[in-house]
Amino acid sequence: MNSAALKHNEEFWENREEIEVLIFDIAGETFALGAVMVQEILDMVPETPVPGSQPFVGSVINFRGKVIPLADIRLAFGMEPTRITIDSRIIVIAIDIDGEDTLVGIRTDKVNEVTTLAKANSEPPPSVGMRWRPDYIECLVKRGTDFIIVPNLTAIFSTNRERR
Amino acid sequence: MSFPDPITVFRLEAGELLEQIEAGLLDLGRNLDDRDLVDAVFRGLHTLKGSGAMFGFDALAAFTHHCETAFDQVRKGEVPATQELVAAVLEARDQMRLLVETPNGEHGAESERLLAVLHQAVKAAGGGEAAAPVDTPVKAGEQKKPAGRKRYTLLFRLPVNAMANGTNPLGLLDELRELGDCKVIADRASIPPLEKLVPTNLHVGWRVELVTERPRSDIDDVFIFVMDDMELSVSEEDLDTAPVVEVKPQVQPVAPAIAAAPAAAPVSKAEKAPVQDVRANARGQENVRVPAERLDELMDRVGELVIAQSRLYQLATSSVDIGLRAVSEDIERLSGELRDTMMVLRMVPITQLFGRFRRLIHDLARETGKQIELVTEGESTEVDKGVIERLADPLVHLVRNSCDHGLETAEERIAAGKSPVGRITLAARQSGGEVTITIVDDGRGIDRSRVRAKAESSGIITPNTQLSDQELLQLIFQPGFSTAAQVTNLSGRGVGMDVVKKSVEALRGTINVVSNPGAGSEVSLAIPLTLAIIDGLLVRVGSGRYVIPLAAVEECLELSIEEDLRSRGRSFISLRDSLVPFIRLRDLFLTGTKPDPFQKVVVISTGSERVGLVVDQIIGDHQTVIKSMSKLHQDVATFSGATILGDGNVALILDVAHLVAAGQHQEAHMRAAG
Repeated sequence: MNSAALKHNEEFWENREEIEVLIFDIAGETFALGAVMVQEILDMVPETPVPGSQPFVGSVINFRGKVIPLADIRLAFGMEPTRITIDSRIIVIAIDIDGEDTLVGIRTDKVNEVTTLAKANSEPPPSVGMRWRPDYIECLVKRGTDFIIVPNLTAIFSTNRERR
Repeated sequence: MSFPDPITVFRLEAGELLEQIEAGLLDLGRNLDDRDLVDAVFRGLHTLKGSGAMFGFDALAAFTHHCETAFDQVRKGEVPATQELVAAVLEARDQMRLLVETPNGEHGAESERLLAVLHQAVKAAGGGEAAAPVDTPVKAGEQKKPAGRKRYTLLFRLPVNAMANGTNPLGLLDELRELGDCKVIADRASIPPLEKLVPTNLHVGWRVELVTERPRSDIDDVFIFVMDDMELSVSEEDLDTAPVVEVKPQVQPVAPAIAAAPAAAPVSKAEKAPVQDVRANARGQENVRVPAERLDELMDRVGELVIAQSRLYQLATSSVDIGLRAVSEDIERLSGELRDTMMVLRMVPITQLFGRFRRLIHDLARETGKQIELVTEGESTEVDKGVIERLADPLVHLVRNSCDHGLETAEERIAAGKSPVGRITLAARQSGGEVTITIVDDGRGIDRSRVRAKAESSGIITPNTQLSDQELLQLIFQPGFSTAAQVTNLSGRGVGMDVVKKSVEALRGTINVVSNPGAGSEVSLAIPLTLAIIDGLLVRVGSGRYVIPLAAVEECLELSIEEDLRSRGRSFISLRDSLVPFIRLRDLFLTGTKPDPFQKVVVISTGSERVGLVVDQIIGDHQTVIKSMSKLHQDVATFSGATILGDGNVALILDVAHLVAAGQHQEAHMRAAG
């Protein structure tokens, strides 16, 4: 498990020392996603629940005339749902799912900034002492006294799809 | 803005030419005496040669040139068209396709072989070598033997844009002069006054008096490439029998060099004036090629426009500004029209698809030694381009199946008292939002006992299972099923009908088979006209809105309170003496809301099976652009797609086949429980 996570780690950094990321908050934790995959940041829009789907991707939204799934990664990490506030945003990302470029919306509580993370500060997820599945996490990056979580979205989306 | 690569354009054009040549040859194979078809094929070969050479496809040009030379003997009537010859040219056509696709490949040896076959066929048909002297006596029926000198009076006029298309009238006149003693008079009647003269247009017609021993057909040959659009009248007079009459020129002779308007008159004396663009002219309309993905993008944009328009409409209706309302109404009308136009853009006639089968049948007939005739009906039915492409493979398989398994050999057919020629009918017909394609053969039909034996031996059913006739026939769609005793080149690998069924279902279509022993089988596919648009019934369940494909809706009715209460345990309604199971969508979707007081039932069906869907409200019909669901939602079988409503919200489209199956399953379960 840990070696797989390490491999993800290498992929994420792509042999670079620094990477541009978008920082956002979900349920009190700080997350980061590679800025290259971010398409757009939306205000909350009306969503349509998809009965029978996994709760983790329980609804779809209209993004510029396309119907895209809206994912709530809280549920992948077993976090409590939070209420929609004035700061809530949807980050639309492009991600490769089974070889198909797919647009996915991710619900966040707040989008903070675009910044640069250094590989030197990153660590693979610890194999013990964490309540989340380690393969869902690309790496942890230290910033000040806190950690930023870089989630492994490919792993999250694929395992969640196969679970049924 | 990217410019299309000329080589790509040539390939596309060559592909079309090759298709025309093929169609012409296949028609010719059925009607060997048709001169028009011979001319059409010849023109196709000639144009292909010309544009091939122009774009540097030298191997293609050389090979096509040899074929053209050989075929020219047919055109000149020196050699009658024969089946062997047609087959040889067909084979050569395939080689041309190879030469177009891989011009740098090693095709020399194969080309040599094909040309040898072609020459052999020409020789067998009674002609000389390709290089045989041209003045051998004419053999084909319609031409008369050269009967002394004649005087022909030709009046001809080319279309005004002829020179823009590359025709050189001087070349035509030169060719006429080569035929014999020639007097050319220009008809200047329609030349406009100088201030109105368009220098690139052709305003001149000609009157030509020609005295020659050559037959009339030689004159026609001069005009072969421009024949389709020109006006030509020819009268003839026998000089050896009739007394020679001196014809006084009615118009002053004019040197032909000034015939064409000076600005456009080509200086060089072209030996021949083959027209590259005859084809486009002949069709009489202009076509533009657009990659399908650009159309899809445009469709997305139009979809967004419609949504933006409905927002504008909502603003306008709540406003007192009359000007704003007027604009809103204009935009509404325009965007609606734009969407309708957009939808038509993707539709192409199904001829495109059926055309491919003529060659297939031709080849199958040769391979199997059976006599097969193909009849097509409803070729002008229009279907979405995407649907056509995805239908091709399943249809090829079905047609192969019919030829291989369905049709008998000529001897068997005669013994059964049928015509020795087996007939395959491909028919398309539009009904509502669907197109029905049927493949009918008049062969032996499906042998039920063999289907049963095969299904039992491969473990699909247990021995002695009671099955209705229709259920038995449906077994052929099971994976791993094939009744062919022998695996042939054509079919019988057992990877057939289940794949066909899957591809048809992927198109949101259904497949059905009917078969009468001894009289043949009929496979019918019902396919939606387009994958992009759906006519739907918009309903509300809880707070969510859903679309039910209208094609599947049989009727809508109110669920009476008695039935609502009574059906708590068993979910049936009686509909004209039959029990129809129903599904409460509120329960299925776990809306957690209170049901509306008057529940509605929408009865949907696939084929003969019906299911009622209980909804809170029926909003109305709704034509809509289908958006596919992402891979993340592919496991949700209840929905086949999604659509964007006028207010920008997303509504999901119910998958009828799945819901009917679920309803039937529930019914079976209930029955079992008693």
